[in-house]
Amino acid sequence: MAIVSFSQVSKRYPGGYEALKNVSFSVEPGELLFITGHSGAGKSTLLKLIAAIERATAGIVLVAGQNVSAMRGRAIPFLRRNLGLVFQDQKLLYDRSAFDNVMLPLIVTGHPWRDAARRARAALDKVGLLERERANPITLSGGEQQRLCIARAVVNRPSILIADEPTASLDAEYADAIVEMFRSFSQVGVTVLIATHDDRPIRKLQPRVLTLHRGSLA
Amino acid sequence: MIGWLRHHWFSFTQTARRLAANPLASLLNALAIGVALTLPLGGYVLLVNLQHFAGSAATEAKISVFLAQDATQAEIAEVQTRLRATPGVRSVEFVGRDAALAGLKRTPGVAEVVATLRENPLPDAFVVTLTARDAELAQRLEQQFGKLQKVVHVQADSAWVQRINSLIGFGRTAVLLTAALLAFALVTVTFNTIRLQILTLRTEIEVGKLVGATDSYIRRPFFYLGALQGALGGLAAWAIVELGIVLLNRDLAVLSGLYAVDMRLQLLDSVDGLAVLAFAAGLGWLGAYASVSKHLYQIEPT
Repeated sequence: MAIVSFSQVSKRYPGGYEALKNVSFSVEPGELLFITGHSGAGKSTLLKLIAAIERATAGIVLVAGQNVSAMRGRAIPFLRRNLGLVFQDQKLLYDRSAFDNVMLPLIVTGHPWRDAARRARAALDKVGLLERERANPITLSGGEQQRLCIARAVVNRPSILIADEPTASLDAEYADAIVEMFRSFSQVGVTVLIATHDDRPIRKLQPRVLTLHRGSLA
Repeated sequence: MIGWLRHHWFSFTQTARRLAANPLASLLNALAIGVALTLPLGGYVLLVNLQHFAGSAATEAKISVFLAQDATQAEIAEVQTRLRATPGVRSVEFVGRDAALAGLKRTPGVAEVVATLRENPLPDAFVVTLTARDAELAQRLEQQFGKLQKVVHVQADSAWVQRINSLIGFGRTAVLLTAALLAFALVTVTFNTIRLQILTLRTEIEVGKLVGATDSYIRRPFFYLGALQGALGGLAAWAIVELGIVLLNRDLAVLSGLYAVDMRLQLLDSVDGLAVLAFAAGLGWLGAYASVSKHLYQIEPT
């Protein structure tokens, strides 16, 4: 059974701009899926529909069996607890340490502190930032910030990991390390969806690719 | 349940840390609220003291009952028994018309006038002392005595009690009005503080929503902030009023010495003080609630 499925999904923004037109696809659990396309093709919009950051104007978005397009606002936090989100603009909090940034998803779900701290350190270790746990994110390099963002996304052990342009503004070496990290998550059963316009990792990994062109699947 | 308590404790410590991180602004906010609350609280304290003072300074309330000129000895005795038997009456004193005239003759200035009278125009009278200084009781008995046989006029000496009570009633209304107005001010101040906090913490709110924070989780620290700020304001008001009383008492001590009466003002007792804290905290919570309802939903991750 598909863990994410879109059927005839359209998204029209207020003002009439149609970001997605009649998009249908499905993703199996544990799959590694790349979404490519020129900028403005609707990649980010597609990912936002999965996390209920935006709502579809037509069609059905199913995530882990739940209809996200018709989901009540109160249920959305519980949907998101099952997702790991990595953003283009990272959305890190600069008023606290790297460790506290990673702790946030666990505190929000009311995890016992000791266990949460253990898991946060494990996540930081996985992305190679354990020695920098006391550092303020602003003092980290671009690649490190992106890895911190990934640590925060996986600390809750989500079943779906969603990344929007995770390698943008990183040099090739860093980008490869990040993509390798995502591949290792998909190998342990996490479904990974990555939106990117960078075709290097696609050539390297030969994953399944969805290509968007002006809001439609090519 | 434990997870829920942990949430609350976490929110609370986070809120306290945020207040402590900005001590000057927090202090000024608490003082602004405190000064606003000082006015009704101070008024209340003065009223309580006035009531207390009036209660301790008052002699017993008395009612004079005047009898008809043609009342016979038997009828007078009958009225006296009736008066004595009435509940709420402590003692009944008979003042005969001759005794009353003699009393008038001793009064300077009136004596000359009284001397010109050919016969005694004064009626026999009773002076009834009541058990309690209670305006309502006095009024009720006044009417009741007026209906007795051969009683032509009843004069309550408790009119001043009524006057003081209505004055206190007036003061209470004034205090309530200022309290209501300034409670509104407190809610407004909190509303604004919370709005600023929400704007400051915009990114944190967005990120919280993205990692699965529920609305109540996000709202909670702001409620705590409003309540805590209100309580601090209440504490400030309490301190200001107590300080004011201490200062006033220093001056009153001199007056007390001159007039040989104890006129010290009572300090606010701890029950009243805690009630003020709870009231201020409640209003802060209310302001936070209004602000959060208005502003938090405008922040959604994009």
